[in-house]
Amino acid sequence: MSDTGDLIRLEHVYRYYGHTCALDDVSFTVGKGEVLGLLGPNGAGKSTALQIISGNLAPSAGQVWINGIDLLDRPTAAKAGLGYLPDQPPLYRELSVDEYLAYCARLNRIPAQQQRAAAATAKERCGLTAVGRRLIGNLSKGYQQRVGIAQAIIHSPAVVILDEPTVGLDPLQMREIRALIRELRGEHSIILSTHILPEVQAVCDRVQIISAGKLLLNDTIAGLQLRMRASSLVVGLRRSPPSAELEGLAGVEAVEALEEGRWRIHYVPEHSPAEALALAAARHDWGLYELIPERMSLEEVFVDITRSDPTEQAQGAAA
Amino acid sequence: MTFSIAALELRRLFLSPLAWSMLAVEQLILAYFFLIGIDNYLTLQPRLAAMAGAPGITDLVVAPLFGQASIFLLFAVPMLTMRLISDERRGQTLSLLLSAPVSMTEIILGKFLGVTTFFLILVVMIALMPLSLLLGGHLDFGLFAAGLLGMVLLTASFIAVGLFMSTLTAQPAIAAVATFGVLLGLWIIDWVGAGRSGDYGGLLGYLSILRHYASLLKGVFNSGDVIYYLLFIATFIILSIRRLDADRLQH
Repeated sequence: MSDTGDLIRLEHVYRYYGHTCALDDVSFTVGKGEVLGLLGPNGAGKSTALQIISGNLAPSAGQVWINGIDLLDRPTAAKAGLGYLPDQPPLYRELSVDEYLAYCARLNRIPAQQQRAAAATAKERCGLTAVGRRLIGNLSKGYQQRVGIAQAIIHSPAVVILDEPTVGLDPLQMREIRALIRELRGEHSIILSTHILPEVQAVCDRVQIISAGKLLLNDTIAGLQLRMRASSLVVGLRRSPPSAELEGLAGVEAVEALEEGRWRIHYVPEHSPAEALALAAARHDWGLYELIPERMSLEEVFVDITRSDPTEQAQGAAA
Repeated sequence: MTFSIAALELRRLFLSPLAWSMLAVEQLILAYFFLIGIDNYLTLQPRLAAMAGAPGITDLVVAPLFGQASIFLLFAVPMLTMRLISDERRGQTLSLLLSAPVSMTEIILGKFLGVTTFFLILVVMIALMPLSLLLGGHLDFGLFAAGLLGMVLLTASFIAVGLFMSTLTAQPAIAAVATFGVLLGLWIIDWVGAGRSGDYGGLLGYLSILRHYASLLKGVFNSGDVIYYLLFIATFIILSIRRLDADRLQH
């Protein structure tokens, strides 16, 4: 599996809690230097997936490879290439940041003479140099989160798994953490789960939407942006023609009158009538003052994808 | 790796006031027992001097002190072992160990060694009391060593049970109560056969965690007693490893 260059590979992973199916046939890969965003509503199975990849949870069925090593067959070897920040950072509150990171360095089998340097690098990258001697329990939530990230990257693992890394942070701290994630991407593969949509657009290369344990979408950010391009325009005309004339333009499917001479024009995807419309407006002196291509927000795409699925399932069950 | 985990466990113990207060209370209580023992010995001494083959100070002071120490340990061990795994589970710090390149065996052995080291310190502090008698007398070192070995093995067995109970739950208090229950149960298990010489008295007597200690305190070094403790410790450590490993499989 190592020859494919994928640092993370999941194949047909299932996970059941009793009779509840938390993950249902999930397969995906993450390549080197890639940042994968795992999106999904609460209880969708994001954390379960990350726990399985980090070796905290065994899948009910299926296989996981980290850096080409089977996580279930050789867990210790596979975990050496893995850094994990759970949704709650695993911190010992009574230790100082320095003590804690020194312990993490030892735990991750960094050679003794490199441990100090590794801890210093991790601290510097996470902006913790000034708080090294303070007790973790006395740090603010944002700093605790950073210590959690420092712990995950201290041994420069090939794979970094971050479960909702910016939850509970203020906007400034969020930006710093995102900047850090972007900085890390160079040498690591990163999976992060989140329910904050702009975060995905800001830092991820690829997006997976997961809902009710199923992988619904696996797309690049560019692909997602393509999905976000809706097929409608809003035009504002000072001297509106009858709607029939607008409908007559090439590619137009439907025309909807809005207030004050504004119209929404739905068109056949990939056949925007914007150019033809501007030309016609100039020729017939309609007084064009506004021409806006409409876009769906990521939120709408997300709602669209996660919502359509249960109905499909219901239909499947009925049949 | 085991030693790193053990070292951190010990360090965290001493960062909490619990460990310090336990050492302080242990010194106070056992020093009082020791004083009572010395006092009794001094009262008896004129009569003992007249007897031929009379028991010495090691029999009359040190062995009872070690016996009383086991009662203290029965209460003290569950309080320190309860948090070993359950607290990590509740504080969700267990994932730090589980996602690190460390095996379950190393985690459990590290935890066990960490707490055992703490109790070794405690045992040394208990042993210092009888050793202070060397200032004005002499001890039967064979008896003293057998008693000390017995106390170390007994403590380690208590810790192994406590560690296993801690892997069963996310609530430290439940682990403590369960540990205390099991230890007390093993303590009194042979009481039913007392006074009779039935067959089952023999089996229950063998299971009794205290009976093997009592024979070591008498200075009888029977390898059967030592093997009993070693098997006991190994059993509960293996059970703990199995239990921690099973954590990943089901919830």
